[in-house]
Amino acid sequence: MTNPLQPPKRKNPILRTRQPILPPWTRSRVGLGMTSAAARGRFELQQCDGCGAVQYPPREMCSDCLGTELTWTEMSGRGQLISETLLHHAHDLYFRERMPWRLGYVKLEEGPSVVAHLHGDVPAPPTAVNVIARLDRAGRGVLIAIPEQEVPNMADDRQLREMTCDPKFRKVLITDGKSETGQAMVREIARAGASLIWVGHTEPWKQPEGFAELADIPEVELIPLDVTESRNIQELGKALGGRVDILINTAQVHRTHGITDRYGTDVAKMEMEVNYMGLLRLAQNFAPAMMSRGADGQNSAVAWVNILSAFALANYPSHGTYSASQAAAMSLAQCLRAEFKPSAVRVLNVFPGPIDEPWNQMIPPPKIAPERLARDVVAALKDGVEDLYPGDVAQEMYSRFREDPKILEKELGDG
Amino acid sequence: MSSAILNSLVGALAGGDVRVVDLTQTLTPEFPQLTLPPEMGQCQPFRIEEVSSYDDRGPSWYWNNFTCNEHTGTHFDAPIHWVSGRNLPNNSVDTIPAEHMLAPAVVIDCSKESKQDADFLLTREFIEHWESEHGDIPTGAWVLMRTDWSTRRDPKEYQNYDEEGQHSPGPDAEAVRYMVEKDVIGFGTEAIGTDAGQAQHLNPPYPCHYYMHGSGRYGLQCLMNLDKLPPTGSVILAAPLKIRKGSGSPLRVLALVPGDAA
Repeated sequence: MTNPLQPPKRKNPILRTRQPILPPWTRSRVGLGMTSAAARGRFELQQCDGCGAVQYPPREMCSDCLGTELTWTEMSGRGQLISETLLHHAHDLYFRERMPWRLGYVKLEEGPSVVAHLHGDVPAPPTAVNVIARLDRAGRGVLIAIPEQEVPNMADDRQLREMTCDPKFRKVLITDGKSETGQAMVREIARAGASLIWVGHTEPWKQPEGFAELADIPEVELIPLDVTESRNIQELGKALGGRVDILINTAQVHRTHGITDRYGTDVAKMEMEVNYMGLLRLAQNFAPAMMSRGADGQNSAVAWVNILSAFALANYPSHGTYSASQAAAMSLAQCLRAEFKPSAVRVLNVFPGPIDEPWNQMIPPPKIAPERLARDVVAALKDGVEDLYPGDVAQEMYSRFREDPKILEKELGDG
Repeated sequence: MSSAILNSLVGALAGGDVRVVDLTQTLTPEFPQLTLPPEMGQCQPFRIEEVSSYDDRGPSWYWNNFTCNEHTGTHFDAPIHWVSGRNLPNNSVDTIPAEHMLAPAVVIDCSKESKQDADFLLTREFIEHWESEHGDIPTGAWVLMRTDWSTRRDPKEYQNYDEEGQHSPGPDAEAVRYMVEKDVIGFGTEAIGTDAGQAQHLNPPYPCHYYMHGSGRYGLQCLMNLDKLPPTGSVILAAPLKIRKGSGSPLRVLALVPGDAA
């Protein structure tokens, strides 16, 4: 049985901090297909369009009929654990530090047999298991077999936690707690069991509804934070950077203009200042310290969350300059993800469709509620995903984007 | 003769018979900026970014880029700022006469009244009462409204918003018309604008902006240290940046005061 995660002791300050090491991460291009699905929390394998066979590991062509038309298809995850191995020795530095390590061989319902990491509560073979795809600390898709039914403290399993970013007992910085999304995020992170939540706020003369009540949450500590203000971010990076386990950037400016309906650059500049430059400032001042703590015990620095927009994928002209700032932020977030890679800190990019907030007043429903968005973000942290498209609109936009970005562009362009 | 005046001024400054009082707030990112409804164009607050600091970006020098609005921090309003002054000659900071940048000042102390009532309005009667004590406002003088508003160091208290907007002192329409009649050069205040926080409800809205700029006069706002100025007898140096067609500018405002004053 998995022991429930305990609040970690304070760090012994005279011991050397363990440096982050990555598990083996090279994959072929076709092998990255599994990573692509795992990045969204999905378990997909290739299925042959010709003969219907599902295959593992990924290959260039079908191992049954040599067909080359293969489609990544979601697996049910159901399977039988055939055998298991408890690894006591490895030359690989990552696994060497984490011995013993449990592995198993699982026959999937869809056909193929796969090698999977094995959750501690999975009984000895033969037994039914669920196979899920997760990203490991190198950001590569791996499979882990978990008990068929939910067991107590399932998420606290040592091996599973290597793949996830659970906020429980972690210290979380939320950059803007004033917006409706920011407020919902603070409440949800508190519910998820974070031990300390720094909540940024700026322009003290503006007191939006609900903001004052955040101070009643025992874990919350309010801090003046303005992502447009370099020295403020620099000072906070120095003061808190070495303690932040999860940073959630909720700071955002959203206006509803295209190019010709409002003359001037001031609004677009404000959007870029917050949505793009703000992320850059935060990253330059918080990322280095977080990178040094990528393997710092139970509560290492583990994740960086960017609340972006599905309009980063394709421009929504009536919110055109906003869309452009989101596209810029998405690109920068990918840079941050690459720079974070050696430190094993995950970047979770969140692409909601229109949020149900005042600047989306003119957009007809469905619009994602801030509370739902916050719940999905916490779930995504727990699942260790890298790209989240929360809600139906975002899912729909993402699937259209995958099918053909040009069609999405044309449809959004039609309004 | 004129060089003798300057020589004696220099001597008085060196000897302390004339002192310099700095009326300027420090430009910091925290200092509150004028705030409008969010769908309107906004006043950019002061922001500063380091370019290099004796490092790889510039080994032996330290310098910054800064950005702000023409109306950020302690700043000057030119007539072109308001719709009523838009067609006047020499109405922008680059064309206003340099001679106007040095002018006498009177200080009307409204600190007691402003402390009691954040929405205090300076009236014509109040000014006339002041004149009965200190003499007429001289032609071409700045009228500076002392409210001690600058002692509100907390940005929230300085802005002083509630659900009905901002509450800060300023002149009423009749007082502004009277000052214009007296041929003042401009009106200065410690609060974020020359007009009162609730001045959009006056008639006309924002009367100080409307009448002062409509008659070619200037504004100074976010001043401090007005408590260190005598009611009469000081001289103000207020030279805005020479921005082509600029509507205003942050600036250093200095007062020359008799050494024995305040």
